[in-house]
Amino acid sequence: MRAVDALMECLKAEGVDVVFGYPGGANIPTYDAFYDAGIRHILVRHEAGGGHAAEGYAKATGKVGVALGTSGPGATNLVTPICDAMMDSVPVVFITGQVRTDLLGTDGFQEADTIGITMPIVKHSIMIRHPLELPRAIHEAFHIARSGRPGPVVVDIPTDLSRADIPYEPITDLHLPGYQPTTDGNQKQIRLAAKALANSKRPVLYVGGGCVAASEELFELAISDRLPVASTLMGLGAFPASHPLSLGMLGMHGMRQANYAMDEADLIVAIGARFDDRVTGKLSEFAPRAKFVHIDIDPAEISKNIPAHIPIVGDTRNILPRLTAEYRAAGADPQRLEEWWHRIDGWKERYPLTYEDSTDNEIKPQFMIEALYEATGGEAIICSDVGQHQMWAAQRYPFEKPRRWINSGGLGTMGFGLPAAMGAKVGRPDDQVVALVGDGSFQMNVQEMGTCAQEKIDVKVFIMNNGYLGMVRQWQELFWEKRYSHVDMGDYPDFVKLADAYGWTGLRFTDKTTLVDDMKAALATDGPVLVDVRVTAEENVYPMIPAGEAARDMVG
Amino acid sequence: MGEPGTKELLSLEELEAAGSFRSGRKHIVSILVENKPGVLTRVTGLFARRGFNINTLAVGPTDDDTVSRITITLDGAVHSIDQVTKQLHKLINVLKIRDLEPEDTLARELALFKISADSGTRAEVMQICEIFRAHIVDVSKRAIVAEVTGTQEKVDAFERLVRPFGLVEMARTGEIAIARGRTET
Repeated sequence: MRAVDALMECLKAEGVDVVFGYPGGANIPTYDAFYDAGIRHILVRHEAGGGHAAEGYAKATGKVGVALGTSGPGATNLVTPICDAMMDSVPVVFITGQVRTDLLGTDGFQEADTIGITMPIVKHSIMIRHPLELPRAIHEAFHIARSGRPGPVVVDIPTDLSRADIPYEPITDLHLPGYQPTTDGNQKQIRLAAKALANSKRPVLYVGGGCVAASEELFELAISDRLPVASTLMGLGAFPASHPLSLGMLGMHGMRQANYAMDEADLIVAIGARFDDRVTGKLSEFAPRAKFVHIDIDPAEISKNIPAHIPIVGDTRNILPRLTAEYRAAGADPQRLEEWWHRIDGWKERYPLTYEDSTDNEIKPQFMIEALYEATGGEAIICSDVGQHQMWAAQRYPFEKPRRWINSGGLGTMGFGLPAAMGAKVGRPDDQVVALVGDGSFQMNVQEMGTCAQEKIDVKVFIMNNGYLGMVRQWQELFWEKRYSHVDMGDYPDFVKLADAYGWTGLRFTDKTTLVDDMKAALATDGPVLVDVRVTAEENVYPMIPAGEAARDMVG
Repeated sequence: MGEPGTKELLSLEELEAAGSFRSGRKHIVSILVENKPGVLTRVTGLFARRGFNINTLAVGPTDDDTVSRITITLDGAVHSIDQVTKQLHKLINVLKIRDLEPEDTLARELALFKISADSGTRAEVMQICEIFRAHIVDVSKRAIVAEVTGTQEKVDAFERLVRPFGLVEMARTGEIAIARGRTET
């Protein structure tokens, strides 16, 4: 069969039910195979939209997402999603077309060195040099993308090789001598960590994206005693936000109780988190009293930013139950945490999340998030873009379950929200999927409205419209003497008319008194809906650790 | 260092103090990789991205023809090279990495020196070559070419001694290395 038909067989063997892609000269053979392969292909409007859709699909389902593009510009348009998937450890296989082998290296039409360009931002990449290599490469790509610390894998296929006639036999064995991720945590280290936890008087569980797949295991550990849980932006939902043990999000725009607890902790157990600068603030003053247990599947994260006293390399799903068992066996005295909880509850009481509501009908952005929570009953999958709205949602939309909060954390990619929602909805058609976007970021991948319309992907998009690139404006206000340089987006476009042009339902809300009911009505409307919610133009996200400062110096 | 993202002006001195400049002990890193296209680029690119400057680089086959050895020497770094070796381990085609301890390591490089030498100086240059056990591989009226093998330090010393005679040009391979004793590198 043709190599591209073998490619389809491999995708099916990997359980792929949907791919997001865009055809072009160099991958026409692949598209010919899609014609009757029986795999759902969603034609996006821009490869970046397809890449982020594959990420949204992967984040919502836990399965490997697949995105396709042609050679040259098709591949370069995928660079941002590839990097995004790398930063947030999202399992996605990117399959790109390449010019035919006799043109390689000649600056041929639509030739770009895809492997070279993406090398620093992939978990792995494979250039097909012989058609017989293709089936094995595809299976290796899926295996590498989903195992260990997940990440993006690029497979680049020259167009002539994809037309080759090859004998195809299913691949059942993979040989990757240089790739053997450690999943089982070291028992001795786990016991040490349990002892440290049992002796700790002021412990904090600091949980990140690596806990999203281990939320039940995390829950068991936390409730085995009264262990406080602070979550990163990527870990939201891994532990139920409304639970009394939850301290909420930590970091730059985190809750005071979470940041203060980190500051005063004597033991921090980092679980699938990587001490990002948005979490630690000034590194030299981060958690100065704490010893660190660091549980991560990626050994390179251990002691990268903060030296770990007790490192444990492995899968959180494997380690957490064993840590819980060891902790229970250690027979810690629950009374010892009394004083710590007294202190934490004091912070919770003294520093609730507040804001000054408008005195008229104007919608404050914080109010909009609360209204969205009420309208969705907290049950929606929220796909966020990047900026102020993202931080307000992370603070104020409590996530009770994992895989309901989908956003671009590490790379902070504007334009992520809509395509990610598209992918999430395709992956979980029975769930309510909401894209929460800013008026700025939404326009970066607005073209995917066409995809949703054509493919009947029922997403509800709520634009938090303040007419500004709000986060940059906030920094200019706070740190650059209000010199608002190029952050005013004006009143363009008319989003209701835009919705109409794409065959969506378009709505505009400006009155806070009816907002919850209006939102409920929008959510109940059939088909994709675009809602332009006009909010206060100049509102700031607080609390905040100013860049480079310590947690105890939070403002706002 | 000034706070990132704020309007505070950064002086160049502050930037330097923040660790842009590195010094420290020399490292010899031996890396076994799958013999596949593009692997060298992945390895060297990683060193550059993580802020390490490669001093010398030597690549060649091993006793197993599916495996190549890359030997890299680094000027050294303030930061521990643990981070770069851990990142290297994450490359799928990298099989084994060793940061070799200098005292337990045999390191050699090969160098060719083209030295100005006429009838007046030739004898003296040849005497230096003899001391360093350098082979004379070419002699002409106005120059000789000497081949030296040894540690980086020995080749450096040879260079210092012959430079005053007029060093026309020099080519060095960079060190290759292997661990002492029975254990595999």
